[in-house]
Amino acid sequence: MKSILGRIRFLPVCLALGLAFLYIPILSLIIYSFNESKLVTVWSGFSTKWYGELFRNQQIIDAALLSLRIAVMSACAAVVLGTIAGFVLARMRRFRGRTLLAGMSMAPLVMPEIITGLSLLLFFIALEKMTGWPNGRGITTVTIAHITFSMAYVAVIVQSRLADMDPSLEEAAMDLGARPLKVFFAITLPIVAPALISGWLLAFTLSIDDLVIASFVSGPGASTLPMVIFSKVRLGVSPDINALATIIIGIVALGVLLAALAFKRQERLQGQDARLANLADD
Amino acid sequence: MRMGYTPLGQGLVRLFEPVMPTALGNSVARLLRAAGVTGRNAVIAVPLLWLLLFFLIPFVIVLKISFAEYATAIPPYTDLIQWGDDALMSIKLNFGNYLYLVEDDLYVAAYLNSARIALVSTVMCLLIGYPMAYAIARSSPANRNILLMLVILPFWTSFLLRVYAWMGILKNNGIINNLLMGMGIIDEPIVMMQTDFAVYLGIIYSYLPFMILPLYANLEKLDVNLLEAAADLGCKPFKAFLLITLPLSLPGIIAGSMLVFIPAVGEFVIPSLLGGPDTLMIGRVLWDEFFNNRDWPVASAVAIAMLVFLVIPIMLFQHYQNRQGQS
Amino acid sequence: MVESELGQTPVASNEPEQTREPWNDPDAVPYIQLENLSKRFGNFTAVDNITLDIYKSELFCLLGGSGCGKSTLLRMLAGFEAASEGRILLDGVDMADIPPYERPVNMMFQSYALFPHMTVQGNIAFGLKQEGMPRPEMDRRVSDMLELVKLGDYAKRKPHQLSGGQRQRVALARALVKRPKLLLLDEPLGALDKKLRENTQFELMTLQEELDITFVVVTHDQEEAMTLSSRIGVMDQGRIVQVGSPNEIYEHPSSRLVANFIGSVNLFEGNVVEDEADHVRIQSAEAGCMLYIDHGVNQIVEGSRVSVAVRPEKIKISRDRPEQQDNVTTGVIEEVAYMGSLSIYRIRLPSGVMVQATQPNLDRDTRQFTWDDEVYLSWNPYSALVLTT
Repeated sequence: MKSILGRIRFLPVCLALGLAFLYIPILSLIIYSFNESKLVTVWSGFSTKWYGELFRNQQIIDAALLSLRIAVMSACAAVVLGTIAGFVLARMRRFRGRTLLAGMSMAPLVMPEIITGLSLLLFFIALEKMTGWPNGRGITTVTIAHITFSMAYVAVIVQSRLADMDPSLEEAAMDLGARPLKVFFAITLPIVAPALISGWLLAFTLSIDDLVIASFVSGPGASTLPMVIFSKVRLGVSPDINALATIIIGIVALGVLLAALAFKRQERLQGQDARLANLADD
Repeated sequence: MRMGYTPLGQGLVRLFEPVMPTALGNSVARLLRAAGVTGRNAVIAVPLLWLLLFFLIPFVIVLKISFAEYATAIPPYTDLIQWGDDALMSIKLNFGNYLYLVEDDLYVAAYLNSARIALVSTVMCLLIGYPMAYAIARSSPANRNILLMLVILPFWTSFLLRVYAWMGILKNNGIINNLLMGMGIIDEPIVMMQTDFAVYLGIIYSYLPFMILPLYANLEKLDVNLLEAAADLGCKPFKAFLLITLPLSLPGIIAGSMLVFIPAVGEFVIPSLLGGPDTLMIGRVLWDEFFNNRDWPVASAVAIAMLVFLVIPIMLFQHYQNRQGQS
Repeated sequence: MVESELGQTPVASNEPEQTREPWNDPDAVPYIQLENLSKRFGNFTAVDNITLDIYKSELFCLLGGSGCGKSTLLRMLAGFEAASEGRILLDGVDMADIPPYERPVNMMFQSYALFPHMTVQGNIAFGLKQEGMPRPEMDRRVSDMLELVKLGDYAKRKPHQLSGGQRQRVALARALVKRPKLLLLDEPLGALDKKLRENTQFELMTLQEELDITFVVVTHDQEEAMTLSSRIGVMDQGRIVQVGSPNEIYEHPSSRLVANFIGSVNLFEGNVVEDEADHVRIQSAEAGCMLYIDHGVNQIVEGSRVSVAVRPEKIKISRDRPEQQDNVTTGVIEEVAYMGSLSIYRIRLPSGVMVQATQPNLDRDTRQFTWDDEVYLSWNPYSALVLTT
């Protein structure tokens, strides 16, 4: 650690403590998922029986599959809408409704979910009263709700990636004869692709994790995984939830690890190439 | 004035021309353009219309219902706009709900409590998160990626499950109490669940990554040369931090604080799982009002009041985001 | 799009002067015509009523400092900015409603703007693909171009695997492969270091002559402009203040602004005492002597105040007083800068004015003049120029 600020020992200690704070609860979930006792936190022996229980729990499995479906659909739609919004805000200088779009694209990021959930439910009810659609609430309404707040996140990510991108690239493509739509698909989109991927992943995670909004806008028979978990843990701790948590943590950890490895590899290769190339200037 | 050629500036309409080079195609295109439908506008319209429909209009409806009266009906509120006998529209604005909010101690207390809890949590997140973000920004590039990964990983795991984890830690036969009793430090379990303390802990824990990431993004861009120049000019390290680093990291501080404070005010899950019956937070009050009492007009009024309260922080956040975007 | 043939015989050097300087030929038709061109951004006028003719096969440089409007003008030629007023004619065709992807114009961007997700080959072929060229012909054109810019072995590399100089050549190749009628270059040599810049300058000129394409180059670097161009257009605050060959701009600047902008110049203010058809005499207190210039100047009245411009290399430094009567002054050397091939001296005159003079270092070791030397400065009657603006 550079001692330029004289805080030689303060910062790493702070960091270590902070990370411990972040991870101890997560680790506790994992450890106690293997606890034989039903009381979860009173250790009575090692056992994997709760994982078996989990896979026999039809309610949880149905909810998980439902959440997955909704998450995939909403992530895909959110990426499309969010990319368009981000692109429009980043590349078009002035147009009617710009402030409105900019405001609406950013508001969901900070809006308390309670408010979004309530407003969407009331909207769907009023809509149903007026037009007859949606006929009852369920997967469709939850998906629409998730798309709406996810696209804001995607828009922010895409917008910042586009702001970093050299605008000359798009101009160069036009200069070489490509029409505007072709420029978007052949040049802009490939370069912005990493942002799209992380946007999709973010939208997916937000959807699969959402409790409050889904609770408001969902209907009978369409209980998402968070809804099922919440109704269960309201009554107290439960070891099969620990098992579920461990599985989810495992999947996420694996995903993050893979992404980090891929990113590191790409960086290493690019660094090598750049160094070799600069030797070539004569 | 003719518009400049930005990508998609003339998009879809021009795309039609080579495909339908007939007189019909051209006249359709000209008609569309005259009606203001250009490719450009069509593209802008898609997200704009979606957000208008599913984001803005719902708010308007909440506003409308907040002026209605409770009715035992489905849906449980009276119509705002009523058609009289002679087809005259009468709008009945009922401010009763808002008056109710102000008069009843419960709501005022809940708002203030929520603000207090959110504020304290934000400050704590800042105090914990700033050194962490700073440490990560100052570490070597190799370590930096690993550390970032470590900070981001909890963010990607389920929020609900992480709050649940604290239940297991804080309850009377939970991990902390077991440990302390096992070591003989205490005889009776310390009551930590269903307290304000648990709620603070829950909020700080859950929102910490939201504070660290914007702070890190800002601190990472800080030019080390600035600090070296300060040292060269005789400034002691801590003073350099106060005079240079801290002011320059202000946008990050504000962004992080807004990302924690604003959602924390309306937080529901944490007070619901970790708080007690007297941990009044407005998010929970809204939920109870809506689902338990079925009083939608009051719930709507609560929501609108919350929005009004949060408008200033939200606009502050947007202002700083736009500034960042322009620089 | 009319194609110019690759491999056309370059202009022979023994052709009559007329065709090599079409701007002086009254019968020549300009290739690019800018007519009263203006561009405003809100209240700010970036390009102010510019009228300019550029001829085929010229290498025309727009020279100016930052903010003078040269980049905006270039972008208007490319089609990225629409004119607020006036028009652009390319080969007789009004470019008004023609978007950049339909103009027979190509641009080499300052940042090169190479597509990072495509190989060198992909980058160069991109423009040809937009034309719908069949694959075999496209491949042939691309490989020919790679040979021309000496990047034959690098076809499969990606931009991040190339050095700065290589990237520049790819950017150039990508623009040239479409055989545009006009090639625009935005600060083409700005990102290169000095040695590379010198080599690339000559390569650019050779390329331009071989391919016989009209080049318009935007630069703030005077040396670059002087080396590359057939003609230079000096820009300031949205206007073109002078157009001419490098020699014209350097030796016959039309104003103090241009004289100061290109190279270094000494300016003496004085009053006209004699104005004849073949000479002018000016009394200058700043110079401390009588200035005699061997050409007459139109439109000045005896007694009026003018500036006389003398370039540093035209001034002779000597210890003994030279024989001539006019254009002689004296001073003390205050600063000496050794540049290898020449030395730059700054001499303080009794009037307080600082004069800059350069002398080639003919001797390898002995220093001719040094600090605090009292010297005489003199120059020839044909070496100075009268400036009224």
